[in-house]
Amino acid sequence: MTAAGGGTAVAVRDLRKSYGPVEAVRGISFDIGAGECFGLLGPNGAGKTTTVEVLEGLLPATAGEVEVLGRRWGEDDHEIRERLGVCLQQTVLPEKLEVGETVSLFRALYRDGRDPGEVVREVGLQEKTRARVGTLSGGQKQRLAVACALVGDPELLFLDEPTTGLDPQSRRQVWEIVNGFKKRGRTVVLTTHYMDEAERLCDRIAVVDHGRVIARGTPRELIRSLGGDHVIEIAVEEGGAGELRPEDLTDLPSVRSVLAEAGHVLLTVTEPHVAIAPLLERVAARGFSLANLATRHASLEDVFVSLTGRHLRDE
Amino acid sequence: MSDRARLRAFLALCLARFREGYREPEVLFWAFVFPVLLSGALAVAFRERAPEPSRALVLPGPGSDRVLAALLGAPLVRAEAAGEEEAARSLRMGRADVLISAPADPASPVEYRLDPSRPEAGIARARVDDALQRAAGRRDPVASREVALRDPGGRYVDFLVPGLIGMNLMSAGMWGVGYALVDMRIKKLLKRLLATPMRPADFMLALMANRVVSTFLEVGALLGFASLALGVPVRGALASVLAVALLGAMSFAGLGLAVACRARKIETVSGLMNLVMMPMFVGSGVFFSVERFPDSAQAVLRLLPLTALNDALRAVTLEGAGLLSQWPQLVVLAAWGTVSFALGLRLFRWS
Repeated sequence: MTAAGGGTAVAVRDLRKSYGPVEAVRGISFDIGAGECFGLLGPNGAGKTTTVEVLEGLLPATAGEVEVLGRRWGEDDHEIRERLGVCLQQTVLPEKLEVGETVSLFRALYRDGRDPGEVVREVGLQEKTRARVGTLSGGQKQRLAVACALVGDPELLFLDEPTTGLDPQSRRQVWEIVNGFKKRGRTVVLTTHYMDEAERLCDRIAVVDHGRVIARGTPRELIRSLGGDHVIEIAVEEGGAGELRPEDLTDLPSVRSVLAEAGHVLLTVTEPHVAIAPLLERVAARGFSLANLATRHASLEDVFVSLTGRHLRDE
Repeated sequence: MSDRARLRAFLALCLARFREGYREPEVLFWAFVFPVLLSGALAVAFRERAPEPSRALVLPGPGSDRVLAALLGAPLVRAEAAGEEEAARSLRMGRADVLISAPADPASPVEYRLDPSRPEAGIARARVDDALQRAAGRRDPVASREVALRDPGGRYVDFLVPGLIGMNLMSAGMWGVGYALVDMRIKKLLKRLLATPMRPADFMLALMANRVVSTFLEVGALLGFASLALGVPVRGALASVLAVALLGAMSFAGLGLAVACRARKIETVSGLMNLVMMPMFVGSGVFFSVERFPDSAQAVLRLLPLTALNDALRAVTLEGAGLLSQWPQLVVLAAWGTVSFALGLRLFRWS
């Protein structure tokens, strides 16, 4: 499933990476089409950063094959780098340089590239052009980091956790920049542990956990794999007739799956309006009294929870 | 990549490095202000003064008045009477250089009490004894006179300034390269730069180029101040002084690279740098001559880069020596620079 441009931007076959006895990546494979925004979604420590750093040519793979823009690391490194834009997880750019100077520095490192002033405007930092990097807010620093990745006019952009630790407004600003880049038909590889970020930006997602891809597809496909688009979350008063067991609810109409977690029960349903009335009856019939009920659209978070029993942000 | 694009990348790296340096107040202070302050302060502390008189205390006793009278007006001796206890304490505290106990009979020996390990004590004894002997009627069989020489270039500050330049080049090279690299590694800036098409060699060259430019400024500032304000002579060719300084700066930039090639913590690199620099602060003739050490130690100390740099700088500035006459020192510097560079580049890690 590739978008505009056609062709494969990144091909990964059975990638493995070990640090001594620790296997950070345990056999990952995927293809990224040119023009696609591909997301690696997973909790901290899943192996996302290790995977992209191998793709960026910053770490050698222990085993497996990686092809980036039709080339392999170790053969044409310099030529690949000319066509990549990289935004590492938490780079601290030189604090004493000005914003404009920093972008110009990165521009000068590429053979071809874009006008630094234009890129500074694109990331919304034109008023900060003469400001020292050390005086910027976290969101501004992150947009500057993205500008440094964009100024070489890359065909392929790597963003490693681009909005971690940012406030909601800064996150939206970064998303807009990435969407602008996508619109020009370029390829993006993104890692994130934010399901909303993955849903909003990514054409396709690989869900990564413990160094393996445990699910893949478009955000819609992944959510649909739950069997329903909606989630009903219920909690019952304590001290009643023991605990509400998921098995007691699986046979209700429209319910596709049931999961218990931390005092709540989550039901994935196709049609909430069909499921709710019988659900309430069943809860009452078992001698429970309802403490809380909420319905919402299913998210990638629910996909992750249903696959692993854990949340993305659990440590 | 075309040569022009590569040159542009190199110059951009140089410019960024340079801007980072001169925008850091601490860097400016340690590179320019501190050496000037230090040389100024030491010039004041070790300024030329009238020689200090020796301090003699005469102990109570039958002959004390005779001795005090003999020492009154003796050149460079200040004598006073003092009680036994007080005199002993003064000697211990260094407030007196020698104690004198004189018997009633002029034919019995005068007793000098002193701490022979203190140089002032020996001088005081000689001056006091001389004055007492003359007062008792000694005639000198050999006539002598003293001629005072004031040779510019022979003062302590003249000795000091080339040493401070050497020390400054060492610190600036080690910190400017070593600390900067580890700081960039910790901040993942090295890794970020490696992800660009930048040539790693260009990055290293830019660090070196920054040291070359800074060396001119640092040496110029300190030498200019020393020459204009303190009257330190520069007898050799200025170009020779700068050539020695540059080779020294490169040598220490190499050492900075070597200590920083693996370190992932500021504490690690700071410790390594102090380990490398401390022995040279003491043993390489910055504040006092290497010749104060025993011969066997000197042979080793002369192989240290700062010793070689200081010796060559002193020879060129104070003695007007030619560059080529300093070849053993230059070889030592070049050897340290080459070996540490090769090692540092080989073991270097970007992340």
